[in-house]
Amino acid sequence: MLIKQVPDIEKVRFDVETGRVDRSSAPAETNPFDLNALETAVRLKEKLGGRVTVISMGPPQAESSLRDALARGADRAILLTDKRFAGADTLATSYTLATAIRKLGSFDLIVCGEKTVDGDTGQVGPEVAEHLGIPHVAYVCEVREVSEDRILVVSDMGDKYLFEVTLPALITVTKDINTPRIPTLRDVLKARRAKVEVWDADSLAGYGETCRFGLQGSMTLVTRITIPSEEGRRGIIFRGEDAVERLIEALRKEGFIP
Amino acid sequence: MSTSAKGGVLVYAEHENGVIHPVSFELLGKGREIADRLGVELWSVLLGHRVKRQAEELVYYGADRVFLYDHPTLEVFDVVRYKHVLVKLVRETEPLVFLVGATPLGRSLAPRVAAALNTGLTADCIDLQVDKDGELIQIRPAFTGNILAHIKTRSRPIMATVRYRVMKAPKRDTSRRGVVVEKRPGEALETGLRFLGKVSARRVNLADADVIVAGGRGLKRKEDLKLLEELASLLGGVLGVSRPLVDEGWISKDYQVGFSGNTVKPRLYVACGISGSPQHLAGMRGSDVIVAINIDPSAPIFRVADYGVVGDLYEVVPKLIEALKRIKGGSVDG
Repeated sequence: MLIKQVPDIEKVRFDVETGRVDRSSAPAETNPFDLNALETAVRLKEKLGGRVTVISMGPPQAESSLRDALARGADRAILLTDKRFAGADTLATSYTLATAIRKLGSFDLIVCGEKTVDGDTGQVGPEVAEHLGIPHVAYVCEVREVSEDRILVVSDMGDKYLFEVTLPALITVTKDINTPRIPTLRDVLKARRAKVEVWDADSLAGYGETCRFGLQGSMTLVTRITIPSEEGRRGIIFRGEDAVERLIEALRKEGFIP
Repeated sequence: MSTSAKGGVLVYAEHENGVIHPVSFELLGKGREIADRLGVELWSVLLGHRVKRQAEELVYYGADRVFLYDHPTLEVFDVVRYKHVLVKLVRETEPLVFLVGATPLGRSLAPRVAAALNTGLTADCIDLQVDKDGELIQIRPAFTGNILAHIKTRSRPIMATVRYRVMKAPKRDTSRRGVVVEKRPGEALETGLRFLGKVSARRVNLADADVIVAGGRGLKRKEDLKLLEELASLLGGVLGVSRPLVDEGWISKDYQVGFSGNTVKPRLYVACGISGSPQHLAGMRGSDVIVAINIDPSAPIFRVADYGVVGDLYEVVPKLIEALKRIKGGSVDG
């Protein structure tokens, strides 16, 4: 199962002048969608046995998210961290994650969150599946059945669709699939002592092309960041007794009321 | 126009049972603009079964050339099989740009195609611009809509998924002529995916709504949603809600506007008792006209509003309903 550490989106600050994102301004947390993915994986383990391995790519401090995942029921945690992984777009990120999964060896199911709250792309899951040559189903809101070689899932694409997928496969899950558990104090303390493995670019060398990692492997480049402007908005506020009358008048001028 | 061509702007034509998704027409409009700027042809690709007639439609909306894969093995959407076909087409024709609607289907399919081609893909764009050097700048919200990133791609094709309702669809012009190139999808390999049918249909399609009246935490009881529903119907619109009301179990997620729900772009969005969290704003910021009704004058929703009423929604909304009824009554009775 794949997770990402992200800044707390309520607290992160954006510099309007320079157009920079100040990640250090906000505490880091696990991407909320990934907690639903982890919960999905842990529930499957509890039902069917097996082991849950969590992989995250990020700076060394992302280790805390992996520890949190261990407290929530994961068995093994691997952090991909290296300067050569930095500056990756979704293509390079997914390639690096897929390479690490190849190094792990065999697996039955990969579970990811639908998207992250910082990148918002939702691309990494399907791209990992493609790199590994396995089928995927996105927007999974329910796992109906699992057997040794198949999984039956409902995908929420506006309307809901039922798919049967041959394992190994990848699914990305929505927030509706479950309510993530709160780890007990005992689990948190146990996870504090557990080992988080750290893999760098060299350790993946035999499993993929290192030139496809990080900035070097990225095909998209952010050239500028702007803050969405509300300039076009009128910002007319009505108060008091005749507020509704004046709103009606405004809506009439805009053509919403005859 | 020759029968073989290279280097066009390619638009993926999404459809359900032969009904083309309007985002595909919008992309043909934008694609036409980009193709003209770059001096290349505009192409579209259509996959399905018994969809031949729709190929002509794509021409009417601006395509110079439509690659048509009409085959029983493509009748239902299989992300892996569709990917195979598109990758083969891209390798054959080498488009410069490949645009896909940022629908759930598009956002599942496009990343697989991009990964297979080892090319860059920009998600959920709200604008595409050709700069003075002829480079395609892709603009997209990130950080839950708090920023806009301007992105360039150094590989070809430049791939992007583009949000529904941000581009304008061109006028359908039945006098336009184009080439429909019939292609064969090749052998249908086992993909590991089996589509077993639709489980349930959404109760409401907020993405298509022209008017949305949405309620949030300011509502005290589930029953009060009826109040907003009444206002919505008087304005010719539908009901929406912010996430807390879905979490409370008051209403289905189909009605949820926001980052983890629906992204909407109606002509009119009326937010009642919604404070305006970043997650909510990410889902409705693109609305043409935003009206906010909130008791708290410092609520963030007022910062994105065109018109705001500072007041208790339980006083404001009934007054609005009454006034609208009077107007309606007046116009019907003469």
